[in-house]
This record gives sequence, structure tokens and C-alpha cells, in this order.
Amino acid sequence: MPVVACHDCDLLNRLPDEAAATLLCARCGAVLQKHKPDSIERSLALTLAALILFIVANSFPFLAMKSGGFVQETKLLTGIVELWRQELYGLASLVLITCVLVPLLQMSCLLYILAPLKYDRPVPHAIRAFRLLRHIAPWGMLEIFMLGILVALVKLGKMATIVPGISVFAFGLLVLVMAAAVTVLDPPLLWARLDRRP
Amino acid sequence: MSGLPATARQLGLLNCHDCHLLVEAPADGHDHLECPRCGAPLHERKPNSLARTWALVLAASILYIPANVLPMTITSALGTTQADTIMSGVIYFIHSGSWEIAAVIFIASVFVPLLKLLILVILLLSVQLRWRWRPKDRTMLYRLTEMVGRWSMLDIYVVTILVALVKLGAVASIEAGPAAVFFAAVVVITMIAAESFDPRLIWDALEEDS
Repeated sequence: MPVVACHDCDLLNRLPDEAAATLLCARCGAVLQKHKPDSIERSLALTLAALILFIVANSFPFLAMKSGGFVQETKLLTGIVELWRQELYGLASLVLITCVLVPLLQMSCLLYILAPLKYDRPVPHAIRAFRLLRHIAPWGMLEIFMLGILVALVKLGKMATIVPGISVFAFGLLVLVMAAAVTVLDPPLLWARLDRRP
Repeated sequence: MSGLPATARQLGLLNCHDCHLLVEAPADGHDHLECPRCGAPLHERKPNSLARTWALVLAASILYIPANVLPMTITSALGTTQADTIMSGVIYFIHSGSWEIAAVIFIASVFVPLLKLLILVILLLSVQLRWRWRPKDRTMLYRLTEMVGRWSMLDIYVVTILVALVKLGAVASIEAGPAAVFFAAVVVITMIAAESFDPRLIWDALEEDS
């Protein structure tokens, strides 16, 4: 009899017969299983789109501020460089990790796991990459940075003209596509397919 | 009903934290056991969950004070400098009429970290004092803490964007203040604290009695 234990309260739950059903823990209500159709193909497509948007967001002008005769143009990474220059190394690293490195690592892991899986090719350590992906997920904070952009725009809007560049729009799309790529994943299916046991 | 009248622990099973495979616990203890499917270390419960979470909650509570008292940004414009704390930023937005932004910053930077620390303390106490009160609601509180904690990073990102944009030499410039470092530490430490708490401890008290 296929059984799963709830990760939040440890109660054993029987898996439903039909694969399409959503399984909630009978005691605490945690979501234990949720079927996602075509999860590998969908997630792979969205990851590729996210990679392209990531490159665009990092290559084009991000925000520019016009005040009097001055124009200050920035790239996505300018803030991190500026924090580093102000000797706030920890802070600069934290922003770099949460907004650049972790999202990049997430995309790389997804690509590394999903592309071979789609064509039924085995890759070494794919299940390790998936474990890594699950552990770093809370530290990818693109959507919070996006909200930060909006707050900064309102804050500066009163004293200067802010011109959003292509990068901002690419970044906004990246937030949506990245969230979708992770949401369409079906973890129980992937754990079963990546099983490292012979 | 899909629920069975037993927990994994009662049947001597270990639930892998990462891939949720059920593994039979060996009789001779289970130190350094690995999940056969994904290779994650196996534990019946997260190791030293209470002690770790208490330590991190205490550290975060201490750092929360300088994070709110010290200036978050230092603005210099035409020879005058002005230091802003998180709260003075919120008040600035209320006065300038953008109360929505004031609410967003207040919720993300003041309310959420405080709420998170409070919830974690209540959960820790409830486990240690073996409360049997509303385990389902307490589990919900835990899930809430896990979900909203990261949004407190908002103010750090606002500061990052401000220091990049406002750099007009002698006319106007913004620098990150000392509170930014403390505040970032609070967010990171509370995230790790929520991660090290094991919500199954809430339910263990119920089984020991029955």
C-alpha cells in the first residue's frame, strides 16, 4: 500500500489511487501531493525563457535618474557595486547572492535536471542537484527585489524623473516566468524519476 | 479518509526531509544514516531543533534593536546630511501622502520580523511546555512564518537601489547606514530559525499522552 508521511505532523497518509488527485494531510492539512500535468516540459520551457530574460535584465540599462542637468544611469548590478564601494561587503554579498547567484543557480539546476530527463538520458548527480534546488529556493528573492524597485521609484519620483530601462521590464517578466517554472514542477514525480538506487 | 491512525515515528519509519521517502529505522540507532533514494541525512526529527531555534530567535531579537534604532540610510543633499531610520522612512511616506508605500514598508520591515519572532517564541514555548492546544492552528502559524519571512528583505533592496541611483556628487547622494547590516542579519537569522524548527514536535505531545 503506497503511503507518505506528512512533513509537518508526521501522520501517515494513504496515497489516492488516481494520480490526478490532490492529497492533503488528514490531520494538519498540509499539501502532500498535487498532480501537475506535463511538468517536465512546461518547467523546461519556462526555465529557458527565464535564462534569456536574466541575460537581458543584466545587459541593458536598468534605471536612470534625471534631476536638473544631471543624469545618473544604472545597471542591475550597480547597487551591489556601490554597497561594496561603501565597504558594506556582507550586505553587497547578500544582495548578490539572493538576487543574482541563487536565481542563476536555480535556473542552472533546473536545466541540468530537466533537459536530460526530457530525452531520457541519465545524468550524474541529478538528484543532488534537485536537493540543492529545494534548499536554495527560499533564498532566491527576485520578486522582493521587484517590489523594492517600485518602492524606490515612488520614493524618488517626487524629487527627480526616473526613466525605467529595458532591464526593468525584462526583470519584471523574469519574476513571473521564474515563479511559474518552479510552480509547475511536480516534486514527487521528479524524486521518483531521479531515484539514485539501481 | 486518507489518514492512517499512526505516525511514521510510531511505526519506526523515518521520513526523508528532502524527498519524503519513508525509510525503516535500523534497530541500533540511526546516526549518520543516508536516504537511499536522494542521499540526504536522515533524522527522525530535525536535530537539536529546539536549542537551535531558541539560539537563533534570541540572536535575532537582540539584533532587531540596533536595526530599528540606528539609521538605515544617510542622505546628503547640498551640504546637509540626514539620517533616516526604518520608522522615520515610514513616517516620511505618510506625510508625503503615499500611505500605501508607508504600509508596505511598515508591514515588511517592522511588523513581519516582530510577528515572526513572536510566533517562533510561542511555538517554542508550546512545544517545551507540551501544550495540546490547537495543534492544527499552531502548524498553520508555522507555515505562515516560513512563507512571509523573506519579504522583510524589501528594505534592503530599496536601499540598494537608492544608493545606486542617487549619486549626484555634491548635489545629492545616499549611503547605506549601519542599521542595514543589522536588519539584513535579522532577516537571514529568522529565516534560518524558521527552517530549523520542526513542526512535528507540535504533534508529538499529543501522541505521548494517548
